[in-house]
Amino acid sequence: MLKKEQEIQQIVIDPEDRKRRLINWQEMWQYRDLFFFLVWRDIKTRYAQSILGVGWAIIQPVFSMIVFTIVFGNLAKVNSEGVPYAIFSYTALVPWTFFSTSLTSASTSLIGSKNLITKVYFPRLIIPISPVLGKMIDFGISFLILLGMMVWFGVKPTIWALMVPVFIILMMLTAAGVGMWLTALSIQYRDIRYGSNFFVQLLMYASPVIYATSIIPEKYQILYALNPMVGVIEGFRAALLGTRAMPWDLLGVGSLMAVAFFLSGALYFRAMERYFADVA
Amino acid sequence: MAKNAIIVENLSKRYRIGFEKQGRDTLAEVVSDWITSPIRNYRRLRNLTKFKGQEQEIQEVEDIIWALRDVSFEIKPGEVIGVIGKNGAGKSTLLKILSRITYPTHGIVKLNGRVSSLLEVGTGFHPELTGRDNIYLNGTILGMTRAEINRKFDEIVDFSGISKFIDTPVKFYSSGMGVRLAFSVAAHLEPEILLIDEVLSVGDAAFQKRSLGKMEEVSKEGRTVLFVSHNMGAVHSLCSRGLLLESGTLTMDDNVDAVINQYLSSKDISSLGRLNWSEADAPQDQELILFGIEMISEDGEVKTTYQIDEGFEIRIHYQIVEEIKNLRLYLRFKTTMSETVFATYEDAQIQQGFNRKPGHYTAIAKIPPNILNNMTYRIYIGFDSPGHKVLIPGKEYLEVDIIDTSDGYRYVPGAFDGPIRPVIDWQVDES
Repeated sequence: MLKKEQEIQQIVIDPEDRKRRLINWQEMWQYRDLFFFLVWRDIKTRYAQSILGVGWAIIQPVFSMIVFTIVFGNLAKVNSEGVPYAIFSYTALVPWTFFSTSLTSASTSLIGSKNLITKVYFPRLIIPISPVLGKMIDFGISFLILLGMMVWFGVKPTIWALMVPVFIILMMLTAAGVGMWLTALSIQYRDIRYGSNFFVQLLMYASPVIYATSIIPEKYQILYALNPMVGVIEGFRAALLGTRAMPWDLLGVGSLMAVAFFLSGALYFRAMERYFADVA
Repeated sequence: MAKNAIIVENLSKRYRIGFEKQGRDTLAEVVSDWITSPIRNYRRLRNLTKFKGQEQEIQEVEDIIWALRDVSFEIKPGEVIGVIGKNGAGKSTLLKILSRITYPTHGIVKLNGRVSSLLEVGTGFHPELTGRDNIYLNGTILGMTRAEINRKFDEIVDFSGISKFIDTPVKFYSSGMGVRLAFSVAAHLEPEILLIDEVLSVGDAAFQKRSLGKMEEVSKEGRTVLFVSHNMGAVHSLCSRGLLLESGTLTMDDNVDAVINQYLSSKDISSLGRLNWSEADAPQDQELILFGIEMISEDGEVKTTYQIDEGFEIRIHYQIVEEIKNLRLYLRFKTTMSETVFATYEDAQIQQGFNRKPGHYTAIAKIPPNILNNMTYRIYIGFDSPGHKVLIPGKEYLEVDIIDTSDGYRYVPGAFDGPIRPVIDWQVDES
């Protein structure tokens, strides 16, 4: 019944543990099933008892696209760099919706998991990371719609479409990094929960979702690219719509920032996680 | 020689408790308070996770409490240990650290083997998911792998006895079914180290009985068990060794009976049915001295355990030194969590008030049978003169256990819901 002694693993609880290992990958791997079930629970319960079910994953970017096309495309006549405004904005909305919904759910995830945190141990990093993985399903569905629209509008992707997985990784890294910051802050400061929706909305205007980066003056573009989603969105457009050359400068700055967000987020999260059960 | 299952070295845990807010009286104060409140709130919230070094100011020392201080012990594999102490002694904090829910401030813990605790029963259950989904979710939360759950799935479902509803969302379950399913998952964990906190376990008495049964079973299988309880009977029968915690420090680590005795003698609530004081150490005021309290059965025996259908008396002996206006003697039955179940007063005419002349008195409260539930109550007694002064402040003096050994209620095992269990006349007519 009991495992043999050599199989028994030793657990050491030591307040200084996090200083030695930022992320304990071995432990994360041991908890991969929990990871899987939490992501799966989020997906399965998100649309429970709703009529449209997973259709909601499409509605948000598609309806935003329709409204943006009418308001910014037709009325305000924002320059869409030679492609129809609908696909111009939708290409940005696919990664943007992923980013914004992951952030909002990350900022509420810890409070929603209070019951778990105060009763059972698991690597706390699972909490901010699992919504990021969970939203990938929605992302996949809306990405398929994007491919359909490309066929419909007759837009041909460039060879750089092979880079799309890299953009996706960049996008997830950013969402996870900012998500870890928001999650760790939100358990202590409830303001984060109230403010994050609003903050994410404002952030959309600081990203090239409804307009192209080309309208930003040249000298400010690097500053603008400190928001990693700038590089991601323009990368999507360059690769799939061919509206512009590959924005290597924006992507370079964005990647550095994404890594910085991720590392600092993990550091801050690990520093704060020991207090979660006490202040939750 | 096998390695120790649990090694705890110099474990300390510090908590910060909230600041008290000062009142504001004037409008100007309220306005300035409102304007500066974000800054103040920020400082306060930030401090929740900040602890300065030794040089902290006096005001800051006051809102820090040490839940555990320099606790060290070692436990061998297969030992069953009872952790005993008053509320707030640090028992639950110790278990929370061992189950890695919260971090220690100082010290190191080494655990050789997988740890689970029965206080986690039902954790992570999601009402929208089916019973089947929840078994997997809850199982992985408790530390099982998917493969392990696959293997034990049928056993878990059988044990829970709800196989018919296994594909129904849990929100449609009765609470009993939910608990059964949750317990069934927990019962199929195979940890090397099991932590049980009876104080925190929320289930009803039937559920607690089951966890005790599970405990007994587990301890026979050679697992290491740490058991936190206020129930000395259970600790005595299950554990071989005891740890006594007093205000965060480990004061005794010995044979379980020695530790229980030490604990009972240090408790300010008597586990005996009688308390007597000499004039020097009796609870008193200048007008009044409380000399003794006792619980006596209908046969005149002083004892602390009564059958549910057995009445008993509480006798309170006191002396009036000077005449007291509007004397009120009150007696409350409280739960072990110190919630009042009911209150009763020495004189039914209390609303009119009466004065009592100097002399020795014995007040007898007759507690009728078939009113209390089968659980432990605390008897709280105090004297005052309403609107005038407190004579002897209320305090829990005695503990009484009500038990039900009849098997007449086999369809409702354990204690009934609620703090009392009066016998109610039911009449059923076929219409």
